[in-house]
Amino acid sequence: MKALKTFKLGGIHPQEYKISADKPIEVLPIPKTVNIPVAQNLGAPSKVVVKKGEQVKTGQLIAKGEAFISANVHASVSGKVKKVDEVLDTSGYKRLAVTIQSEGDEWEEDIDTSEEIKKEITASQQEIIDKIQEKGVVGLGGATFPSHVKLKVPEGKTAEYLIINGVECEPFLTSDHRLMVEKGEELMVGIELLKKGLGVEKVLIGIENNKPDAIKYLSEVASQYENIEVQPLKVKYPQGGEKQLIKALLGREVPSGKLPIEVGCVVNNVGTAYAVYEAVQKNKPLVDRVVTVTGKNLEKPCNLQVRIGTPVQDLIDKAGGLPEDTGKVVNGGPMMGKALTSLEAPIVKGTSGVIVFPKGEATRVTQKTCIRCGKCVEACPMGLEPFYLAQLAEKELWDRAEENLIMDCIECGSCHYTCPSGRPLLDYIRVGKPNVGQMIKNRGN
Amino acid sequence: MDKLVISGSPHVHQNTSIPKLMYMVVIAMIPAMLVSFYMFGLGALRVFLIAVLSCYLFEYLIQRYLIKGPITINDGSALITGILLAFNVPSSIPWWMMVVGALVAIGMGKMSFGGLGKNPFNPALVGRVFMLISFPVEMTRWPKPIVSREYFSFAGVDDKVLDTVTGPTPLGVLQEKGVEGLSQTSNYADLMLGQMGGSMGEISAIALVIGGLYLLFRRVISWHIPVAYLGSSFALAAILWFANPTQYADPFFHLVTGGLILGVFYMATDYVSSPISAKGQIIFGVGAGVLTILIRVFGSYPEGVSFAILLMNAATPLINNRFKPKRFGHKPAKAA
Amino acid sequence: MEEVVIYAVVSMAGLGTAAAVILYFIARKFKVIEDPRIDEVEEALPAANCGGCGLAGCRAFAEAIVKNETLEGMNCPVGGNEVMEEIAGIMGLEAEKQEPYVAVVRCNGSKTNAPQKVLYDGPNTCQFAHALSAGESGCPNGCLGCGDCEESCDFDAIHMNPLTGLPEVVEENCTACNACVEACPRDIIELRPQGKKGKRIYISCVNTEKGGPAKKHCEVACIGCGKCVTACPFDAITMENNLAYIDPKKCKLCRLCVPICPTNAILEDNFPEMSEKIVEKAKENLKKQTAKKKEAAKATAEKKEAATAGAAKVTKTTKTDDKNTQKGSSGQQSNSDNKDAPDSSRSKDNEG
Repeated sequence: MKALKTFKLGGIHPQEYKISADKPIEVLPIPKTVNIPVAQNLGAPSKVVVKKGEQVKTGQLIAKGEAFISANVHASVSGKVKKVDEVLDTSGYKRLAVTIQSEGDEWEEDIDTSEEIKKEITASQQEIIDKIQEKGVVGLGGATFPSHVKLKVPEGKTAEYLIINGVECEPFLTSDHRLMVEKGEELMVGIELLKKGLGVEKVLIGIENNKPDAIKYLSEVASQYENIEVQPLKVKYPQGGEKQLIKALLGREVPSGKLPIEVGCVVNNVGTAYAVYEAVQKNKPLVDRVVTVTGKNLEKPCNLQVRIGTPVQDLIDKAGGLPEDTGKVVNGGPMMGKALTSLEAPIVKGTSGVIVFPKGEATRVTQKTCIRCGKCVEACPMGLEPFYLAQLAEKELWDRAEENLIMDCIECGSCHYTCPSGRPLLDYIRVGKPNVGQMIKNRGN
Repeated sequence: MDKLVISGSPHVHQNTSIPKLMYMVVIAMIPAMLVSFYMFGLGALRVFLIAVLSCYLFEYLIQRYLIKGPITINDGSALITGILLAFNVPSSIPWWMMVVGALVAIGMGKMSFGGLGKNPFNPALVGRVFMLISFPVEMTRWPKPIVSREYFSFAGVDDKVLDTVTGPTPLGVLQEKGVEGLSQTSNYADLMLGQMGGSMGEISAIALVIGGLYLLFRRVISWHIPVAYLGSSFALAAILWFANPTQYADPFFHLVTGGLILGVFYMATDYVSSPISAKGQIIFGVGAGVLTILIRVFGSYPEGVSFAILLMNAATPLINNRFKPKRFGHKPAKAA
Repeated sequence: MEEVVIYAVVSMAGLGTAAAVILYFIARKFKVIEDPRIDEVEEALPAANCGGCGLAGCRAFAEAIVKNETLEGMNCPVGGNEVMEEIAGIMGLEAEKQEPYVAVVRCNGSKTNAPQKVLYDGPNTCQFAHALSAGESGCPNGCLGCGDCEESCDFDAIHMNPLTGLPEVVEENCTACNACVEACPRDIIELRPQGKKGKRIYISCVNTEKGGPAKKHCEVACIGCGKCVTACPFDAITMENNLAYIDPKKCKLCRLCVPICPTNAILEDNFPEMSEKIVEKAKENLKKQTAKKKEAAKATAEKKEAATAGAAKVTKTTKTDDKNTQKGSSGQQSNSDNKDAPDSSRSKDNEG
């Protein structure tokens, strides 16, 4: 095995709790109704192209992304459009969504739903990018940045490396892990496609060494391809952050406020690579994804292949139902995920996991005074002083917060995780960031 | 099912808290405490009890009746201040001086700034320096280890036997008689174990180092301040010694005598009053180390650890402002 | 010995004189010539430095007035008309009379009206709670109860009531400086004219959801039924995004909209207790206005044949309105209950 790499600055070691790591991906039965939000990606919302009462097939386009940074949305089940209206999203706010009552599972004719692995790449570079755009593929790591935009290298920049993110540094989550173990072959084809679409030669796959089976298997598969290298990494959070991953793999540091392309890298998640494979080779839009449903008290933690728009409740039912003492349900990882206000909220493209926390772990400890121990500074992977930024944000001293680089914060939560006083440092920084952003924007005008 | 909880991420937290950190520091101080009990007997226990109890009492009274805020005596910081204060005084100290010292440490050193987390100086050192300046005789009357055990009781020292049971510290000898005077006193093994006159907690370098390593191992403190502090004081003492071995004591002597080790691991590393960034901590350590040796060699006091740390505490806000942590994605600022 | 004394005295005197001379010239050189009226105006101002005028502070306000030699668009909400007149006197200008305003909290989603559905566990700032989720009651527009407004107030004029979880304005202290309006991330607080003898009528809800969900979140939400719009004889009420709004400039304080609201979302301040008579009158008025507006709609419909569909809609809504009228009076009891809490706390504030 190769020497383990990692990034240097900051980082923490949360307990892993990868309880669902050995649970194979199961397919969740098609739900009765799905609510598919039309704005599932970073950037502009898409425009709805179906009407109430219309019959749709699985994979049919229902919302078209028209802005530069926006993505298409497709029907994830076949059936009748019940309504095009606002539904509650994960945070309890209203979002425009298409509600479809499912009737059977009839797919669009041109979609290949067979199990067969199609390895031969026939599409050209432009065709690959177009296909990815058409099929609504977005970054599945959580940020949901439209993938086709990422493949278009801005003028004056060159991409040297394609980096595939198989780190999954968040505790609890195992969806990427299972994908790598079970769909290695398809993944490699997806990576080849991304490579061709991007026009790069070298590919690095970063995987933390708490997933030895994935490292072993993918190394085997990768040996059949040229220039695809699997690099095991030391377990450390937040290694899955783009900037930290590039630093760990290549030792390059993405300058503040810039994208990875600045140092010749494009980072994609393994889930994205798999979705790209399906989109280009199988003509299948992004209508489902793998979601980890887990929690210490959950009866059957599992990894499920779920249609987009399925209510969270269905997933939890599949995993044995909500335990009695549930205190909190989180959408995403425990470090960066969002707490759900209602179990009716739909699974979206960016949902990597649903985690159920028992009551005892749901509420935070009472916040104490800051003793300036500097643990948060030690933990911050961006080299910031979270305790100070939080103070500045609390006192609304936006210009000083900007001087102290509040906008560099990647919101990984390491600071709050380590704080012995239980101070909600990240919460305050989150209050500060939009205010500072607004201030910078106003100054520009 | 009850109501779901909504909160910002992260949703998992490290199993840590202020009391936990504080009690780890207390655990680290246990070896040195045992040594002081062994060397100074019941008199030491007396001082410990008075110091800790009065620290708790004053913290409670001030929070209850002056600040009228939440009462946080359970966070363990008063316990640490009490033990450190006791570490920093001779075991023969009259009880009421100890109480006054505790009042100054808690009241002036900590509470007057708003309590834990806001004090610019290490409270125990504030108390100690206050006592040193106010009661110079009692604070520099050092009982001899072991010999003094049986002469002490909870009542304090009897003046009649004072001369037989007290003697100077090695640093005091150095100050008065120079390097030649030292050869009469004990050897290094004795100094390391604590066979010398001095404050209760500072005598045994070995016990203190054991505790310090525990703190480093448990990641309660980082290595920057101790290493920088020890390294710089050792280096400066070595330079002086090389320049003139007949006039200056050798660097090992400086390391194992006086309160250096105690200061390095337990007082300079105090979270609240030391800098945040690694760079700042190294500056802090180097500054404290240099000041300590300068005060010891050229100053009028034989010992300089408390003053050195307090001076560097005062410089901490400046250091914090100037030496930021290494930022990700920013090139280190170079002079163009 | 004497020499020492003489030297000392002479050298000190010399030093003093030299310093005095230097200081004198420096003072001359750097003297700032300023319009003395700036100080006078500033003196007249309340020195609250609240920023309610839109400028950085009282000094900036005074400078702006003196510099521009006009009072147009300049108003010190804290000082009110009195202060503005005084400033006008200093400047030799005419002061515009401004109607006094007061902050009004347009949310009645108290803990009983809008029960808690999830538990918020985070820092006590509305800004963060707003960014995180819709809030404990689930209402995406309602008060979050973290008290950013209370914190923003420099005049001790707005307080969170721990019983209701809502802010309450202390009218006597409120200067309408706009601080709380800006602090509220949900735009719940509005500056409204104080009204005659402090009498005001307003919709105490800013929820823009449709009736069903709005009612689910909160008992006293505006469900956008449009009854008040129909009932208002002065066309002071408009409906936008399922939310009614009373234009304070048009409102004649007739109280006829208050009892007919099916969710009691219309609140009135400083009125005598609602009598049966007014309730009856309001019901009658609603019937009358409905008929009148139906006819008016019909008339327009006849004029414009294209608008037939619109007229049909009006008839439809009226039918449902009639059904709801009875409910309106039965809900009256709960309305007065809700208002008890704010009143009692207000009197407490006065005592303190």
